[in-house]
Amino acid sequence: MERLIEFLSFRDPSVLSVTIGAILLTASSAVVGTFTFLKKKALVGDAVAHSVLPGICLAFLLSGTKNPIFLIGGAFATGWISLLLVDKISMRSKLKEDTAIALILSVFFGLGILLLTYIQHSGNAAQTGLDSFLFGKAAALVGQDLLVFGVVAVVLLLAVTLFFKELKLIAFDPAFARALGLPVYGIDLLLTTLTVLAVVTGIQAVGVVLMAAMLITPAAAARFWTDDALHMTLLAATLGALSGLAGAFVSYAAPAMPTGPWIVMVVSVLAMLSFFFAPRRGIVSRWFQQRQLQHTILDENVLKALYHLGEADDDMFRDRSLEQIIARRFFPRRPLRRALQRLQRRKLVQRRNGTWRFTKAGQQKGQRMVRLHRLWELYLSRYLEIAPDHVHEDAETIEHILTPELEQELARQLDFPERDPHQSKIPS
Amino acid sequence: MKIEAKDPVVEFHDLTASYDKKPVLWNIDMTLPQGALIGIIGPNGAGKSTLIKAAMGLLPLASGYVRLFDRPLDEVRRRVSYVPQRETVDWDFPTAVLDVVLMGRYGRLGLLARPGKADREIARECLRKVGMEAFARRQISQLSGGQQQRVFLARALAQEADLYFMDEPFSGVDAATESAILSILQEMTAQQKTVVVVHHDLQSAAEFFDWIVLLNMRLVASGPIEKVFTPDLLQETYGGKLTVLSEVGELVRKRQIPSREKY
Repeated sequence: MERLIEFLSFRDPSVLSVTIGAILLTASSAVVGTFTFLKKKALVGDAVAHSVLPGICLAFLLSGTKNPIFLIGGAFATGWISLLLVDKISMRSKLKEDTAIALILSVFFGLGILLLTYIQHSGNAAQTGLDSFLFGKAAALVGQDLLVFGVVAVVLLLAVTLFFKELKLIAFDPAFARALGLPVYGIDLLLTTLTVLAVVTGIQAVGVVLMAAMLITPAAAARFWTDDALHMTLLAATLGALSGLAGAFVSYAAPAMPTGPWIVMVVSVLAMLSFFFAPRRGIVSRWFQQRQLQHTILDENVLKALYHLGEADDDMFRDRSLEQIIARRFFPRRPLRRALQRLQRRKLVQRRNGTWRFTKAGQQKGQRMVRLHRLWELYLSRYLEIAPDHVHEDAETIEHILTPELEQELARQLDFPERDPHQSKIPS
Repeated sequence: MKIEAKDPVVEFHDLTASYDKKPVLWNIDMTLPQGALIGIIGPNGAGKSTLIKAAMGLLPLASGYVRLFDRPLDEVRRRVSYVPQRETVDWDFPTAVLDVVLMGRYGRLGLLARPGKADREIARECLRKVGMEAFARRQISQLSGGQQQRVFLARALAQEADLYFMDEPFSGVDAATESAILSILQEMTAQQKTVVVVHHDLQSAAEFFDWIVLLNMRLVASGPIEKVFTPDLLQETYGGKLTVLSEVGELVRKRQIPSREKY
């Protein structure tokens, strides 16, 4: 805790620079990744991420320094070549895209590891720290490195801002974009370049192995919260930034630890939280909606049972015991009692000495349910020519979803009928 | 049976188009008139969609060319609109109905520019025309099939073009949407706009169109409906595939022969 406060005070200027760097990198790759995600090309990011490793090693071997400009150049070159090869292989051969991606990813990454091992055993003193590109080291984001990576990240954000309209259209409907005469090929090329650049910058903080998660996870998490591409992009950036912040803190608190796994863990937890708790789309919210729906159905069935009882002895407002209701239509006791309590809260039934009776509003609601049920039965038997003894089950479900407009339409089409197929009266 | 149009808006000149190296349209040569509602009719796999994709430059041509308003496509893009098949896009994409209609304005806006107030006004007006103004803010995944089709039509209207190519705009729509779309198309042709529609239902084709193109990998007929929509020609279009044509196409694909020689 103390360390966290110390960290957040940014008393140490290098902490501030590492933090800014980590946030910029993770946020910009999340923004670019949003479009990779929307184009359903999630695996492409993974291929690029692994393919930049040989580029970094080659650049180091050729230049002999860890100057970030050389390393970015090398990474960019092999990253780009890998995507080009994936495209060519899937277009020119019988192999599908996923096969091509797997092929390129493993070949390039294997080559990268080979070169890295060679460099480490070459006794070159300048090589220390090169392996931090594998799993990331945010703490290295100082001085010139920060400047170079930071500039690339800003360029990425600018490019996406400028071309947002086109990137969105091409992700949604590429054929239409081409018909409009937009340079679809050029913009695809731009997105490819941005993806490679995002990977290249992100690897300093996250490392090549886990970089794909930084492209895709924030976007996937953001999708749960919004139905608008712009909001989704902004939210992905925020989630990315949060995980970058966490990564910077880890780098500060435990310098020996690689930051990549931490950043990815944080963003994955955020994604899991979204997956479970986002409103409407989240699992919990869906489960809750389902439960709500089941309650509504049960409540309406209880009202119907009360109405049927009233119909049978021509008195809608008599007190009914649980046993009487269950005898009319089977409900398990506990859910029945709960349903009656809910109906009581909605002032549709009243309770007296352990028995239950309709209020005026409850009786009307029950009547409407019975009416919908019988209207639908009649509709099925008349228009779909289904035998009267087969229509009940269908009507049991449909009665809960018919709207007042459909009710009117049904009544009109059936010419305002009085009796259902079983000759029961259809209440008005 | 081929009737040439007076002052043609669309000209296909000896066009052969391939999918995956396999020719699916052979030597299409015809002209289409201005201000007509034109139906492209033929069985499954006849190359109907391919024909309008070829017209929109969406696939490489093996040979021949298309001229629109007597010019190459690139010179007249703004006057031409394309409505893809509804199923080709992901309707779960995070965007609202009005945003999709606004995409129709992108061709005029050009790169980098943002749609302005006037564009929004036009997009809203187009939504109103297709009876969807109440849905402007709605997310597109909430739309029914017919509503999706209307939104696509609104997007095309927002392009304010003179020539429209539409791929199955009537597929999967309810009766109300069908007549709504039809009356919009008829209104457009009344204003001398040309509408070319890929359609697969013969029965409604007879009522919808002024001009019919019968297609089955080759051009069977093209002309005003009263001349072309005859039992004989329909039989020729639908009765028995030209098996030789598709077998030769398959051979071309297998051998990877370019369908035109270079020298």
